[in-house]
This record gives sequence, C-alpha cells and structure tokens, in this order.
Amino acid sequence: MSAVTRTTLASAPSRTRISAHTRRQWTYGFLFLLPWIIGFFAFQLLPILFTLFLSFTDYAASSEFKLGNFNFVGLENYKHLFVDPLALPSMGITLKFALIGIPLGLVVPLILAVLVNSRRLIASSLFRTLFYLPSVIPVVAGAIIFGGVMNAQSGWLNLVLKAVGIANPPRWFTDPTWAGFALNLLAIWAVGNAMVILLAGLQSVPTELYEAATVDGAGPITKFFYITVPMISPVIFYNLTIGVILAFQYFVPALLIGGVNGDPQRSLLFFPMDFYREAFVLSHMGYASVLAMVIFVVTMAATGLLFFFGQRLVYYAGGDS
Amino acid sequence: MATTSVRSVSPVISIRRRWVPVIRGVLATLGVTSLGLLMLGIFLLPLGYVLATSFKLDSQMTTIGAPLWPAKQATYNYQGADYPLYNVPTEDGGTRRLAVVHPYRENSDVVDPAHPEQGVFNIQGRWRTWQAIYRFAPQWKNFTDAWEQVNFPRLFRNSLLLSTISTIGTLMACILVAYGFTRFQLPGKNLLFVILISTIVLPPQATIIPLYILFSKLHWTGTWLPLLVPAFFANAYDVFLLRQYFMSIPRELDEAAMLDGAGPFRTLISIIIPQAIPAITAVTIFHFFFVWNQYFEPLVYLLGNEKLYPVSVGIGQFVTTFSTYPGRSAATAVLAMALPAVMFFLAQRQFMQGIVITGVEK
Repeated sequence: MSAVTRTTLASAPSRTRISAHTRRQWTYGFLFLLPWIIGFFAFQLLPILFTLFLSFTDYAASSEFKLGNFNFVGLENYKHLFVDPLALPSMGITLKFALIGIPLGLVVPLILAVLVNSRRLIASSLFRTLFYLPSVIPVVAGAIIFGGVMNAQSGWLNLVLKAVGIANPPRWFTDPTWAGFALNLLAIWAVGNAMVILLAGLQSVPTELYEAATVDGAGPITKFFYITVPMISPVIFYNLTIGVILAFQYFVPALLIGGVNGDPQRSLLFFPMDFYREAFVLSHMGYASVLAMVIFVVTMAATGLLFFFGQRLVYYAGGDS
Repeated sequence: MATTSVRSVSPVISIRRRWVPVIRGVLATLGVTSLGLLMLGIFLLPLGYVLATSFKLDSQMTTIGAPLWPAKQATYNYQGADYPLYNVPTEDGGTRRLAVVHPYRENSDVVDPAHPEQGVFNIQGRWRTWQAIYRFAPQWKNFTDAWEQVNFPRLFRNSLLLSTISTIGTLMACILVAYGFTRFQLPGKNLLFVILISTIVLPPQATIIPLYILFSKLHWTGTWLPLLVPAFFANAYDVFLLRQYFMSIPRELDEAAMLDGAGPFRTLISIIIPQAIPAITAVTIFHFFFVWNQYFEPLVYLLGNEKLYPVSVGIGQFVTTFSTYPGRSAATAVLAMALPAVMFFLAQRQFMQGIVITGVEK
C-alpha cells in the first residue's frame, strides 16, 4: 500500500518533467528541421503539384502568369503527347540510352573496382586516383573533350581504332546511328563514384569467406560470383538505383553537343531535352508540364519497382535492414 | 640405388616448390598491372587528346604527317634566315638531315647543317615526299585567345562566388537539419526522413517550370538569387551524408555538454561540428563541385545575362566550335577543368571518404 503511494507520488512530478523535456525536444527538433521543411514545401512539393495543375492549361511563358492569360484545356495536352511527332521518338532515345548505359554503369565500375582492389596491381592507389579523375571534370569540359577525341577525322579514338585494324570506324557525333552510343561512352567516363563505393564494398567482404571457399576448392571465378557479388549486392543495388535515376534525367551533354534540336537528325533529342525545348525554347509551358509529369512518374515507378524487387534480391549482412 | 634416386630428386622438388609460386606471383603482378595500364590508357586517352590539342596550333591539326604532340617543324638558321629541316632519303637507303632553301617540284636547293661550309646545293627528289623533322614546342596562343575571348577572369570570379555562397548556405542548413534528425525526438520523424530520402529521386524537370514562374514573379530571374536561395534550405543528399556521420558521434559527449549547461546550439557548435570535420569537409567539396559544374539551372535562370555567367555556361559555346577552332576549344576545356582537378588531387582522401559514407551505409 505504502509502496504504491510512493510510486504514484514519485511518478507524478517525473511525468511532468518528462513531458516538459519531450516538449523541448519537439520544439528544438522542429526548429532544426525547419529549413528543410520550408524548402521541401516551397521548392519541391508545391512546385510538383503546380506542374500537375499547369499540365491541364495552355499557359505560354510569353505572357505573365496570371488568371486570364491561360485557359484550362482538360486532357488536351495529354492527348497531344500521343500525336507529338517528337515526344515518342525522344522517349525511345532516352530508353535506348538507359538500356545501354545502365548495364555499362554496373559492369565497368565493378571491373575497375576489382582491378584496383587486386593485390597484384602495383601502385593501386595511383590507379584509383587516375580512374576517378574524369569524374571531377565539369560536364561542359567533358562535352568539349569528347567532341574532339571522337571527331571523325582528327580525333584520337578513330586513330586508335584504325591502328588496331578497324578500317571504317564510326563517325560518332555526326552519324545518327552512333551519336547516342558516343554519349554512353561519355557518361561511362565519369564512373569514379560508383567505382569508389564498390571498392569500399569489396574491402568489407570478410576474408574468412574466401579462405573457406579456397579450402573447398573454389576457383577465382566461382568465388567472385558466389561470394563477392552476393556480399556487395547492396552496393550494386545502390549504384543501379542512382544509375536509373540519372539515366532518365540525362540530357545536358546532348544539348551541348547536338544543340536544342538534338542533331544529327534529332538522334540526340533525349526526352528531358524535348521537355527543355518545349518549356524554355518554345514557351509551351502547359504541354511541357505533361512531359515533366511523364519524367516524374517514370522515375518514381522505376525506383519503386527497383525497391520492391531489390529487397528480395539484395543480401544485407545482419539481415535486419 | 633407391636412396640415391631420392637424394637426387628431392632438391629439385624443393626448388620447384619454392620458386613456382614466386614466378607465378610475379607473372600475375605483371599481367594485372599491364591490364590496368591498358585500361588506364583508354580512360585517359581523352585527357591526353585535350591537353595535346590545347598546346597545338590549329595549323598543325591539318598538316599531313605532323605528330600528335604539340610540335613545330625544326628549322636551321643559314645566313640569317630559318629554313625547314627534312629527313632526305639517300641512295644507300639511309637518310640525311637537310634544310630546304628553295623547294622546287622535282628537285630542291638545300643546305647541309652538318657541313654549312659546302653552301647551297641542288639535289634531285620531290621535297613533298620527304619527312619533315619536328621538335616539341607547346604553344600558349590557344590559352591567351580563350582567356580573352570569353573573359575568363569574370567567369572564374562568378563561379567562385556562386560556389562559395551556395556551399556556405548548404553547410549551415544541412548541418542544422542533420542535427535535428539525429539528436531530437519528434512525432513522425521517421516518416519525414523517408520523405527526405525520396526527394533524392525527384527529377529537376518536375519542379523547374513552377520555380521559373515563381522566380520571374519575384523578379529574381536574370540574377543569382534562384541559384543561391534554395541552397539555404538544405538538400537530401548532404543531409543524409551528415546524418550518417553525426549518428556515429557518441551521445555521451553531448549529454556531458548538456549537463554543463550547454543548450542545443552550444552543443552543436562545440561538440558535434568539431567531431564531424571529415563529413563537413566532404559536403563542402561535393557541393562546391556540384555548383561549379551546374549548367542547366544557370542557363535557365540567368536569361542570357552574360555578366553573371559561371564558367560552365560561359564556355558552353565552345562545344560546337570544336571543328573550326579545335585548339581554342581544347584550351577552354583545360581552363575549365583545372581548378576542380587540382582541388581533387589536394583533397582526394576526403573525397573518397565522403563517397563511401553516402554509398555503403545505405
């Protein structure tokens, strides 16, 4: 009886103290998060909703944005998407870029990471630094460099290709069939981030696993596919996600090299570039909003699918996340 | 009989046991390293190209037989004038170095630099088929041309200011937000964090039209404000990186500071920030580069106000002039990448660490 009284007496003031503490925690927590919360509403959430709103209007940037300067057109913009002679082909260009670029973006950095991680490589940290170097080169400089090195006449790439016996190397940025792939090569040049992340993943694989496999008579290739790849699958998954997101947004080097029409023969008119053209060159803000929504939905759906399937395929050490 | 045979075989086996792994190791090292060199060669080919081209005169690019490296045709000074040197084939199958004084079609007047006292003499043969002699001669003309043509000092100043201000804003905002996420309880905090992370996926195209309209209404377009102000409201990538690091700082440290009477701000400044210098350095470098490399946003928001252009937009025109002025375009690219490259070499350890924090912890 007395014990119960004592607990009630003791807990009464402590509860108010905890709730004062909690309130303080909430206040400070909220204050510290405030910059991001404001930024999220002002620069992300409300603009997306506004893009959705604009996609039902015929607003053109040539006039100031106010009521009376635009009309509601219902689903007209969405219908136009299917008859637009440029939108669907440009979707194909982006898709082709993604289908080539995403696997390349997984395999090339993995090869480089395994190479740099090899104890047989002399001066491996120098190799790591130099393989990373292209990743810090600004996009515009990269476009200038690749425009030059892949020049059909004076570029070194075709000199090398001719030297190894390819008599008629592609004309790269002047040939519509090869221009897109040339940009895939430019994109894979800046592979440093993925390589460094994979390298850290490789170094975190416990050596006992390899030793046990060696005792069981496993060769290097077996070890790579049955130990290394599963153990670093979270890192591969991370690179895959980043690769998918970036592939669907890719267009700046194409704009720099091919101009706003994606020359040669619109072969570099990526979908986000078609968006840029409609919105900021032709001022079709309403229709461009539809294209923006397509990019948004496709990116969200792709990452959503990745996470849905990724949770099943990826091995997490400890198994709790 | 049996003992002798064992005695004669066993040293051979032990020598093989000792040397075979060593030889195999050396071969593997050589093989892997040469494979590495080959791949590095492919990777650095574009850089070699742009460096060589930036130091070449455009006339060298179109000269047949000119070397790939920056070079000038070697000359010989004879009686006050310079004459080009050629390797001229001789009758015995060798070559001799001769300076051509008067080139004609089927024969030429030449002088032998080894024996100038012989004077000018005429030899048979078409000088166009002779191999010109080149010497290494880097030219700085492309750099001075590029420097003047696009007003590089102004572009550099703009990029430096933009990157620095934006980085300061990002650091302030992201440190506060990351601190809020790691050290304070808040209802729905986990949901907020999931929302924060999912904004990494958000394509910029989905928001840029409304933002453009908003910034025009505020009369911010044509100024730096649309590029700078959002930086002061934190971004998911840098908050995530800082949060991961803040979580690894023991809570006992800030609890001790709190007991000494320090408020949350004091604790952040005196405990958390000094402990998180590696992560803060990484964010600084990443964001600085991110702004330095930005092309799309300044292109859209600056409305062609060239005085405010950063390096990236200012040199954009050079991508398409490559075929006409390869040397100048290459020099521009070299100038644009010089600062990021030097910063990378100086701070590469922090660089790699930062990437690892964001990538592996996920």
